[in-house]
Amino acid sequence: MELSLATRTVGEHTVLEVGGEVDVYTAPRLRERLLELIDAGARHVVVDLGRVDFLDSTGLGVLVGALKRLRTADGTFALVCDKEPLLKIFRITALDQVFPLYPTVEAATGAGK
Amino acid sequence: MATVRLSFSPAPVHVRTARLVGVAVARRAGVREDLLDEVRLAIGEACTRAVALHRQYGLAEPVLVEMSDSGAYSVRVVDRAPIEASIGLAALDADQLANESLNEDDLTTGVGFALLAGFVEDLQVRPVDEGVGTEVRMVWPVSR
Repeated sequence: MELSLATRTVGEHTVLEVGGEVDVYTAPRLRERLLELIDAGARHVVVDLGRVDFLDSTGLGVLVGALKRLRTADGTFALVCDKEPLLKIFRITALDQVFPLYPTVEAATGAGK
Repeated sequence: MATVRLSFSPAPVHVRTARLVGVAVARRAGVREDLLDEVRLAIGEACTRAVALHRQYGLAEPVLVEMSDSGAYSVRVVDRAPIEASIGLAALDADQLANESLNEDDLTTGVGFALLAGFVEDLQVRPVDEGVGTEVRMVWPVSR
């Protein structure tokens, strides 16, 4: 399934809903969208991975890049993920200790300024 | 002898095709259903690594993927990049991952190896027997 990207605003948070496959081919589009959002002034970004069915190291690299960019700009970056296969990827790579991970968008936008 | 052999130009768009073929052959070979997501991810990571190396060194030669179901399900992903560039199973901890000075390419490489090592119990990365390059060899049990 191709990558899908949709943006909405929840309070002061910009929520990017990602669907499909995030891999070496599609990750550049995700990077581009995140950079657009940050360049346009988004400072509290939540990426909802709820409809992602494949995520590889390239996609993870893009997400870490956005996290670091927002930290530098005094912003916040959080992920929404409740799928065990994806959570396992975060645990194996130790990225579960790097990203704030939430089970729902509500939790991410309510708790993660 | 390989059951299925696939070679593809070192372009990111073809990695998905390699994943799909790899999982289809794994399923037919008798790899357990609950392992197929891991097979898909591991083959993708190995092919992504090979594509990245070919692009880094400007190599137009194809990446080779060989899948064999004799006994167990084994997959070889072969690149043709200089050997000194290819081996480096660096596991990054959380502090290193979050470090501002780590660039995205190095982070992706480290994370890719962490995924390979984490998801494939029987994993080898070694020089190819002939010529230049390395092979990533992964084996999964089959239940038949």
